[in-house]
Amino acid sequence: MAIEVRIPTILRTYTDGAKSVDATGSTLTALIDDLEGNHPGIKGRLIDDGDLRRFVNVYVNDEDVRFIGGLDAELADGDQVVVLPAVAGGSAHPTTFLASSASLLR
Amino acid sequence: MLTIAQETYDAIVAHAKRDHPDEACGVVAGPEGSDRAERFIPMVNAAGSPTFYEFDSTELLALYKDMDARDEEPVVVYHSHTATEAYPSRTDIRLASEPHAHYVLVSTRDCFDEAGGNIDGPVEFRSYRIIDGVVTEEDVTITPTEESPHS
Repeated sequence: MAIEVRIPTILRTYTDGAKSVDATGSTLTALIDDLEGNHPGIKGRLIDDGDLRRFVNVYVNDEDVRFIGGLDAELADGDQVVVLPAVAGGSAHPTTFLASSASLLR
Repeated sequence: MLTIAQETYDAIVAHAKRDHPDEACGVVAGPEGSDRAERFIPMVNAAGSPTFYEFDSTELLALYKDMDARDEEPVVVYHSHTATEAYPSRTDIRLASEPHAHYVLVSTRDCFDEAGGNIDGPVEFRSYRIIDGVVTEEDVTITPTEESPHS
């Protein structure tokens, strides 16, 4: 079972520069575990403390996974998964709204 | 160095003024690897906040799919600070995730009085690279807008 996963620029260091890779899994959690097996380190950039990181967006067939079960979202052969870091920021001090290590980078 | 057309510069400044006191945000896309800021794309600040901005997640996907289809990338990612200087905040630095982009910061703090009246003050417009938490300011060169067959 192959699912195409689109990788954003900032995470291509884990995929030898590849814009998309194939992975397998019947849920998003399983898919990310499979990705981690082939691209060690990538999981920690997507998940923190058992949850999808606040400033990482994952889409399954154009649906934001937060609306379809989050990490439990079900996947099927031929699905397309897109990972995009949030484009966000602002003048506010991070501690006012960012949980520790909630960001993609740190 | 960021090179940007006068027309695009003006559009970013106008967007920042229009959304003041909330932060405005958007991108200028260009052909992948070209470093040419060509296609101005204002975005909605889904946070609707004077101290935070975030692209709506659905609009973010649509934007990236569109750029992908055109072989483009975000050459500029811009947003405004409405009460502080045009320098990346700790939040901006933590969340910067486009290593190829010029991060443009516009400050509108001197454009309006406390009641929100336009006092025509100067706009700060500065550009940075933000890579792995390191901020590097760069020069901004504004070029006269030329008639383009694409526009």
